[in-house]
Amino acid sequence: MFDFLVSFIPRAVMQSIPLLYGSTGEILTEKSGNLNLGIPGIMYVGAISGVIGAFFYEQSVPAAEMNAFLAIAIPFLSSLLGSFLMGLLYCFLTVTLRANQNVTGLAMTTFGVGFGNFFGGSLIKLAHSEVPSIALSATSNFYRASLPFADRLGWFGQIFLSYGFLAYLAIAIALLTAFLIRKTRTGLHLRAVGESPATADAAGINVVRYKYLFTCFGSMIAGLGGLYYVMDYANGVWSNNAFGDRGWLAIALVIFTIWRPNVSVLASILFGGLYILYLYIPTGTQFAVKELYKMLPYLVTLFVLIIVSLRKKREDQPPASLGLHYFREER
Amino acid sequence: MNSKKALFHISKRGELPWLKVWLIRGAAILLALLVCSVLTVLVTGLNPFAVYGTMFKGVFGTARKTWVTFQKLAVLLGISLAVTPAFKMRFWNIGAEGQVMVGSLACAAVMITLRNYISSNLLMIVLMLVASLAAGALWGFLPAFFKSRWNTNETLFTLMMNYIAIQLSAFFIILWENPKGAGQIGIINASSELGWLPSLFGQQYLLPILVIALLTVALYIYLKYSKHGYEIAVVGESERTARYAGIKVERVIIRTMVLSGAICGLIGFLLVGATDHTLTTTLVGGRGFTAVMVSWLAKFNPLGMIFTSFLLVFLQLGAKEIASTFFLNESFADILTGVILFFIIGCEFFINYKIEFLKNDRKGA
Repeated sequence: MFDFLVSFIPRAVMQSIPLLYGSTGEILTEKSGNLNLGIPGIMYVGAISGVIGAFFYEQSVPAAEMNAFLAIAIPFLSSLLGSFLMGLLYCFLTVTLRANQNVTGLAMTTFGVGFGNFFGGSLIKLAHSEVPSIALSATSNFYRASLPFADRLGWFGQIFLSYGFLAYLAIAIALLTAFLIRKTRTGLHLRAVGESPATADAAGINVVRYKYLFTCFGSMIAGLGGLYYVMDYANGVWSNNAFGDRGWLAIALVIFTIWRPNVSVLASILFGGLYILYLYIPTGTQFAVKELYKMLPYLVTLFVLIIVSLRKKREDQPPASLGLHYFREER
Repeated sequence: MNSKKALFHISKRGELPWLKVWLIRGAAILLALLVCSVLTVLVTGLNPFAVYGTMFKGVFGTARKTWVTFQKLAVLLGISLAVTPAFKMRFWNIGAEGQVMVGSLACAAVMITLRNYISSNLLMIVLMLVASLAAGALWGFLPAFFKSRWNTNETLFTLMMNYIAIQLSAFFIILWENPKGAGQIGIINASSELGWLPSLFGQQYLLPILVIALLTVALYIYLKYSKHGYEIAVVGESERTARYAGIKVERVIIRTMVLSGAICGLIGFLLVGATDHTLTTTLVGGRGFTAVMVSWLAKFNPLGMIFTSFLLVFLQLGAKEIASTFFLNESFADILTGVILFFIIGCEFFINYKIEFLKNDRKGA
């Protein structure tokens, strides 16, 4: 049993990190009243932007002369830039042009997934690769570097210290976001904007600025989830559509944790575990049952959604103006 | 409040004449096509006119391709029609993907499990239809029930239901896989053609296209001229007004979502019974989400949706053709679709609001 946990937990954690980034980003976005259904697309863009950055750096410098700092910084910054631009586009359409958030989000997901697969496919051609994927193993090695003494610490090292730096960054960002939302003045203002923008406006809070700022921050955080997936989880291998439906799962996680990034740290591991549980369940010849196990994260989320609405506890509800645009003259 | 002088002032517009509305939309689409051309040239270095020509060839190039285009148009239009009554009520149903999926699943289930007991084709088809409608309606009923009782967020609820439907289908696909170990069920009743919808005039796709055409007209009348349609519009405009007017909002929500789900089920029935004759988890292929955009772009007008769904199908099939002719990646279609959508979404602003530039010499404006 113990051996099982030592092998299962690290895999669940690695599975959880993209979800944690995605959900933290989406929570921050939703707290400002924007229901960004473009998160799955943004995570693709974050991933492919990082891949593009890493690809050109690897092409320009021989592997032996690669600088660890640049190898990490270039993909990291290009990933942030890519998802930032997506966030900016979302804000421009929904906040400035007051477009419908659901439609804009879905269009962004179509665009983002297409963007990722298109440039992924083009890079595969550029690299004259034999297989339909690009391997950026040199960059990935920098991203996956864990503490040198981790594997000497037995099970403790395996469970707690065996991950690349992006995994710890995800947890740090989630905790920091939770602190920002609940304990700071900025967070209070942000929540006010999400709950009742008219009230916030009357109190002198710049609603538009808050929406722009935190939706863009949220997008950038979510984009890092894509970067982690390619550079760490997938060992630097980009193949089209490999990221799958994790973006939607991240949105599910937002509801599951009732808009709390600190809960998300553990809940994402639970989701990650549920996501790969089917690999560990001895089903014998009943392969079909595994498909039912893959349903679990969604089923559990649905259950939480219903319970939360039944209990009607005020602090558990979605931000009151979620999905609505705000126009001062229209009250 | 602002120390800086405002440069312009934004206010809500009254209703614009339809000609102006379509001029604005037309301009947006033209602008979008221009951006797409620039994008195509930047990415591929090809002449954009050649690219659009190729797209046209991919959509209407041969009789076969034209039929495929119309079939795809019919399916997308059908799903868009299905989500429309709910949207008019401001019920954000993004679960069409799942509702069509369970419709297809139910249809396939009847075809597979009852094939040894029923030999009449007609009875089989009736049972398939009933099962699909019921399954779709159930998938629509659940979120509506919780929404009307406890105000559970319907966007998130229907989103989750999508994946439950997809995994449920994945489960049954492996259960019924044929041959064993193939991981897919192949063509259902391939030899007996039991439960296959008849081809009209030798055209397999004609029947579903006609069904959707009828549905379009029916839904237009339902939404515009029936009492139900009026109630939906009132609930969408203002729930409070609806309550004052004595409309039972809960009942309207549930009734409308059951209808939405049942139409989705019908599309699932057509997909399995008439066109594909098989069940895969990617049978719906994201069209449940695309339908949301189609419906919204047409301002929830069933007749307008013919054009908007055609636009999207044209882009998808056209870009597929570009991809195969110029050895590009098929995802180019999604990028073009995205760009065009952004422009159309953005242009609605100029239809709903007007911008007045303020003269700078006005003091204390």
